[in-house]
Amino acid sequence: MNAPAHRAAEDVVELRIPAKAEWVSIARLAVSAVASRLQFSIEEIEDVKLAVAEALVHAIARGGDRIDVICESVPDGLRIRVRNFGLPTPEPVNEPTADEAAAGNLGIFLIRALMDSVEHEPRGAGEADLVMFKRSPS
Amino acid sequence: MTLVRVTTRYTLTQMNRSEPLDIKVNVREAKGDSSVVDLSGEIDVYTSPKLKDAIGNLIDRGVYNLVINLEKVRYIDSTGLGVLIGGLKRVREHGGSVNLVCTNPQIKKIFDITGLVMIFGIFDNEDAALRALV
Repeated sequence: MNAPAHRAAEDVVELRIPAKAEWVSIARLAVSAVASRLQFSIEEIEDVKLAVAEALVHAIARGGDRIDVICESVPDGLRIRVRNFGLPTPEPVNEPTADEAAAGNLGIFLIRALMDSVEHEPRGAGEADLVMFKRSPS
Repeated sequence: MTLVRVTTRYTLTQMNRSEPLDIKVNVREAKGDSSVVDLSGEIDVYTSPKLKDAIGNLIDRGVYNLVINLEKVRYIDSTGLGVLIGGLKRVREHGGSVNLVCTNPQIKKIFDITGLVMIFGIFDNEDAALRALV
């Protein structure tokens, strides 16, 4: 929708994690703390937490060895950029099982349902950041 | 000010060392040929294989009517939902079913927005979930 993609960020919190499942919970906690700091409600914090986790699951499935989670406090909300350093192909590295495919579809669906906007932002060489935005509490 | 205080407490609680970011799975036999799977903790991309194994083992043993109790689950993501969907598909092949016990509003919300409330029977307590098994 109206993500402030080019507005200068006020405060930025960056987290770099290995692209491994066991580190996703750490990213969830960190992002929850950022959203809490920005005075989002408990329900909104849960939304952001789940959306970021889904983005990380998606990034891990693409391979690579690390993922950056960049939280930017912008005047009207919180923008979160999930940047992985995996293969440029948008397809998963391995063929997913039926369960995994269903879960993958649910993941993207959940991100779109829980955040105010989500988009892929190309950054060259076929790679793209997943950029999500949650509007500040009114 | 009240909002700040509440959200701060929330964050500290989530980071409390007494609440490990893991999942606990306990399986109990129930009346008839059904079983109850008690879950606690967080079901995510890291912990969901443990749940998948537990459900898979039950189905392999011929248990096709399950109640999965999510009352003590604080968090579930799409990989956890995928495991539940996979389990439901498998038991349905044998005429069974999976009912869930869930009272956490945030988790119920996830089932709502994904439409899974139309797929699973979701109940407020274990007795009701067991009674509703076909």
